[in-house]
Amino acid sequence: MQTRIPNHFLAVVLGFVLMLFSNLVFGAEDAKAPEPAKAEAAAVAPAPPAAAEPAPKLPTYFTATSDDPKKPPVWPDPTGGASGVWATPAGDAKGDVPDKLSIQDVYDRMTHNLYSINYVWALVAGFLVMFMQAGFMMVETGLCRAKNASHTAAMNFLIYPLGCLGFWVYGFAIGWGNWWNGPVPPGWYPSLGPGLSVLNEGWGLGAAVDAAGKATGAFTYGIFGTKGFFLTSAVNDVAVMVLFFFMMVFMDTTATIPTGAMAERWSWKNFCLYGLWIALPYCLYANWVWGGGWLAQGGINWGLGHGAVDFAGSGVVHSMGGIIALAGAIVLGPRIGKYDSQGRPKALPGHNVPMVVLGTFILAFGWFGFNPGSTLAGTDLRISFVVVNTLLASMASALGAHIALSFKGLKPDPTMMCNGMLAGLVAITAPCAFVNPVGAAIIGLVAGVLVVYSVFFFEGKGVDDPVGAISVHGVNGLWGVLSVGIFATGEYGAGWNGVVREEMVKLYGSDGVRGLLYGDFSQFIMQIIDCATVAVFGFVMAYVWFKISDLITPIRVSKETEIEGLDGPEMGTLGYPDFQLHSGSKIVE
Amino acid sequence: MKMVEAIVKPFKLDEVKEALTKAGVQGMTVEEVKGFGRQKGHTELYRGAEYTVDFLPKVKIQIIVPDDKAATVVQVITDAARTGKIGDGKIFVSNVEEVIRIRTGEKGPDAI
Repeated sequence: MQTRIPNHFLAVVLGFVLMLFSNLVFGAEDAKAPEPAKAEAAAVAPAPPAAAEPAPKLPTYFTATSDDPKKPPVWPDPTGGASGVWATPAGDAKGDVPDKLSIQDVYDRMTHNLYSINYVWALVAGFLVMFMQAGFMMVETGLCRAKNASHTAAMNFLIYPLGCLGFWVYGFAIGWGNWWNGPVPPGWYPSLGPGLSVLNEGWGLGAAVDAAGKATGAFTYGIFGTKGFFLTSAVNDVAVMVLFFFMMVFMDTTATIPTGAMAERWSWKNFCLYGLWIALPYCLYANWVWGGGWLAQGGINWGLGHGAVDFAGSGVVHSMGGIIALAGAIVLGPRIGKYDSQGRPKALPGHNVPMVVLGTFILAFGWFGFNPGSTLAGTDLRISFVVVNTLLASMASALGAHIALSFKGLKPDPTMMCNGMLAGLVAITAPCAFVNPVGAAIIGLVAGVLVVYSVFFFEGKGVDDPVGAISVHGVNGLWGVLSVGIFATGEYGAGWNGVVREEMVKLYGSDGVRGLLYGDFSQFIMQIIDCATVAVFGFVMAYVWFKISDLITPIRVSKETEIEGLDGPEMGTLGYPDFQLHSGSKIVE
Repeated sequence: MKMVEAIVKPFKLDEVKEALTKAGVQGMTVEEVKGFGRQKGHTELYRGAEYTVDFLPKVKIQIIVPDDKAATVVQVITDAARTGKIGDGKIFVSNVEEVIRIRTGEKGPDAI
């Protein structure tokens, strides 16, 4: 069969494959003609290479619109049937007999395969991120005392369903409801297919209008989305489900960070309220950076680099979690016995160091879904760099923490080295796709040193953080966001957030994301704006929330409960009943 | 009859047990205990902050012997448990009024 295919036919197919990869997925790389980047560009397909015939009819997966207004709309597409053709022997009833297929048919099959690779990649990466919940549980529980093990583990457990519930009810709509109208470069094409075009309603400042004076749904400064509450039928699309799942497991990472800093004294009822609230600050800020909101638009609106660039969420996920943790730890106050009468910090040792180390390994493993998965495209071959950069940063940061401890004359405390590795992973999360391996190692090394000094700094200031979450996620999340503006090489991210600057294309051949070491100082300024936004917004939101929720149900357990341990009084189940010295008789009161 | 109670470092338990068995001691009772002596515990570091360990873990061995063997047993324990460093422990010797073997009802030195 193969031999019967004429050579020129194979050449054309190969050409189409190349075109699909280079023009559609990485379209911005080739976008030489600088057009004003508009949201509508997303829906405008690049001309196919064999554009010999006049006005070629484009398939719906190019245009994201139905070509026949009388037919029902193509999107949302609940089966994936509109996304190319599923290459089975039956296929589109023509069968997969190569010489019976037109180039269009081959293209349809190829497109479907492209989506398939991207779907599987994003979903499997999402499964790894979900497994990070186990890592968080082990790190946080291991670092608290045995009398609070059950309570700390339970918080890490229930935040998963509570956070997911909030995300499903309102979070996804706020964060990604107007995703389709975000800034994109000319020729951009969504890796999960045009089903995401249903995410097209939101609210912001400066509504854009088309030639007919009708609102397009895009805004000069996007604030939040409004489509997708409860994932109702309006967003009943296969691509939307991938995006929902992937973004949900990311948010649960943020949600579980404060449970560590606030462990051993946070009342269960107040924690449950928090679990339903967390999607609000998270998804608002995520909208601004990832959902096409005003920080992402900083490049277009203010000419600052490519707008806020945060590849996998050093800022969106980790800074936000760490800063909420800081506000929570301040509102709660330190654990009883953490400071002596002169205010000097005392150690309250965690009860299971091997558990902390295992949790750290689970998190490091999950990070190989977190970072490379954020391409949302297995066909984006930059994933190999993302993986290596993630690896090198975590290596350098674990060693960096060791060096910092030795420098301070301390022994290599394994819990601090674990914090060090996690700090490097947090820091590389934003820059992982944009930097080179040397840059990644430097970012990691700085993170490892920074986390040690940060832990001692917050402890000295009277902020009691049993697990170091504020330093690992908050401080190093901000460092990660900043490091994009320093170390990004410009090799990757051409047209990111819709920015294609003529002078950059002239200078470097394409306008990739570039830090100040590589010639774009404005990107660094934008990253500072991003850091300031998450720090101020996250802290204010969280501080006000914890103060208000404290009025609804007290945020801190009673002194007696705290001294006895939260396991019995709060959970009714001791973490380690065989090893408890007291009887735990209060449980049955 | 005498009761010999020895508080020793936990890792010395096996050596003490073997030495006592060789010396003809047929039974003993062992407890895991915590306590402090003149050193009043010690301080440790955790994540850069100090904490005090007030009560150090020790093992308490309890043996009942006929009067004439008490001095030997004390010597055997002293030799086996000594490291020469702080915290080697203490031995207490006291009189025992009566010993009864529950199974047979035997009393006195025969019941040991």
